[in-house]
Amino acid sequence: MSGFIIALTVFVLAVFVGYHVVWKVTPALHTPLMSVTNAISGVVVVGAIIAAGPAETSTANFLGLAAVALASVNVFGGFIVTQRMLGKFRKRS
Amino acid sequence: MHYPDIAALAYLIASVLFILGLKALSSPETARRGNLSAILGMLIAVGATLANPAVENYAFILGAVAVGGTVGASIALKIQMTALPQLVALLHSLVGLAAVFVAKAAFYAPGNYGILQPGGEIATGSLVEMFLGDAIGALTFSGSLVAFAKLQGILGSAPVRFKGQHALNALLALLILASGVYFAGSEHAGVFWAMTVFALILGVTLIIPIGGADMPVIVSMLNSYSGWAAAGIGFTLQNNLLIITGAIIGASGAILSYIMCKAMNRSFLSVLFGGFGSGDSAAPSAASVAAQRGVNLGSVEDAVFLMKQARSVIIVPGYGMAVAQAQHAVREMAEILQKMDIRVRYAIHPVAGRMPGHMNVLLADANVSYDDVFEMDDINNDFPNTDVAFVIGANDVTNPGAKDPASPLYGMPILEVERAHTVLFLKRSLGSGYAGVDNELFYRSNTMMLLGDAREVTDNVVRTLKGGGH
Repeated sequence: MSGFIIALTVFVLAVFVGYHVVWKVTPALHTPLMSVTNAISGVVVVGAIIAAGPAETSTANFLGLAAVALASVNVFGGFIVTQRMLGKFRKRS
Repeated sequence: MHYPDIAALAYLIASVLFILGLKALSSPETARRGNLSAILGMLIAVGATLANPAVENYAFILGAVAVGGTVGASIALKIQMTALPQLVALLHSLVGLAAVFVAKAAFYAPGNYGILQPGGEIATGSLVEMFLGDAIGALTFSGSLVAFAKLQGILGSAPVRFKGQHALNALLALLILASGVYFAGSEHAGVFWAMTVFALILGVTLIIPIGGADMPVIVSMLNSYSGWAAAGIGFTLQNNLLIITGAIIGASGAILSYIMCKAMNRSFLSVLFGGFGSGDSAAPSAASVAAQRGVNLGSVEDAVFLMKQARSVIIVPGYGMAVAQAQHAVREMAEILQKMDIRVRYAIHPVAGRMPGHMNVLLADANVSYDDVFEMDDINNDFPNTDVAFVIGANDVTNPGAKDPASPLYGMPILEVERAHTVLFLKRSLGSGYAGVDNELFYRSNTMMLLGDAREVTDNVVRTLKGGGH
């Protein structure tokens, strides 16, 4: 099996997982859903770190560092704003 | 075990934690724990990547994290809840740009990702994946920036249309595709960059014609694109964590777009390429006929009198409440009524506001407890048993015209406020809503219009209720 086929298998199964998990999200929390997906989409930072990894000065290195900074905005911003929002959802006291 | 296996296991754990995090959003009680689980997943993923022996540049990487993290954290801590749609759009755009940068980095240093073939070339398959991640990323970046500018009020929220728009979009899509095919065959750097530029332009021309009230669909769509871009990068780098996360976000955004379209009874393509009120001649004549009918204008005292007599009140908020920042005044009004033993609930239409769930967050921010807030399908049958429906800043989503086959809104599910005993309708003027369709609710005998700024009027209602003048 080629790497692509394995990746495709993982991709298709993950779409199904996403489909089922997201339909169960209560509509009241659709905005936090968006902001938390904002945060976890920052996981591209993983690819960015590898590009920025080697101790050298190259185009790839520079692009990697820029991507690390951008993705970090998402990770920190997304998680913090989600936590703030969710903290506001209260039951009747 | 060697590093690649350990990293792959760590990525698997991170994927599971992300999924559990989203799953926890099925109820507000578990949601906070879910966010923490996703944070833990991110820490594991980043930690495993930093442990890669090929990563040496720690000072610069941590510096970049510190810069980005500080910016992200300070925005997230300061942002007003009314400005959330803008923030979400902005964050979509950053992921898009980061995806473009990573795709380019993989192109310039394929060895880092182990996608270099013995002959010193990049496999055609990897080039195709690079092209996909890059194109979707670029489109997400520029499209989300336009959405951000519209939501922030930097660009007007009115649709911008021009002749040959569809032809231009089709041409750009073709150019992207053609340069992608050429790039995959030639590994040509210039073509790769040209393709990125075409995708950036397409992002602008696709989103610029979309009006404000269609933003819930567009913000969801861009959410979806940001996921597909991450998945594309995952294919390029053969990284399962990116593929899984990207696929889940892609599916999530697609589902939200679908829910939003269904709540407007419009197809996704008609939102993207169509638009309301273009060349429709039926609506204006209906409006002029309706204008000859009388409108029942009420005062704050009338509204207070009616609400004090009521046993049950349903508040229907819309984007106008957000614009006027009236949510705190509305909550204050509701609390006073509740103390008078009047049952007060809130009814939310799926497309009220500028993004999915917008009204729920605003009400939560104003300290409204979520057991008083109901989705359309859960409360629509209760309007006939309701004394007062208090509509504030919502128009099209309450328009009974949606039941008339001749109306452009026909088929859109609405909150059936007209079935309440009395409708109090707060509105700035008697103008029509976003769809440009006159709301016949204004002329019904059981409707009383309260004209003015949503917040001022509600504040006056609160003052009068407290004064106990009646």
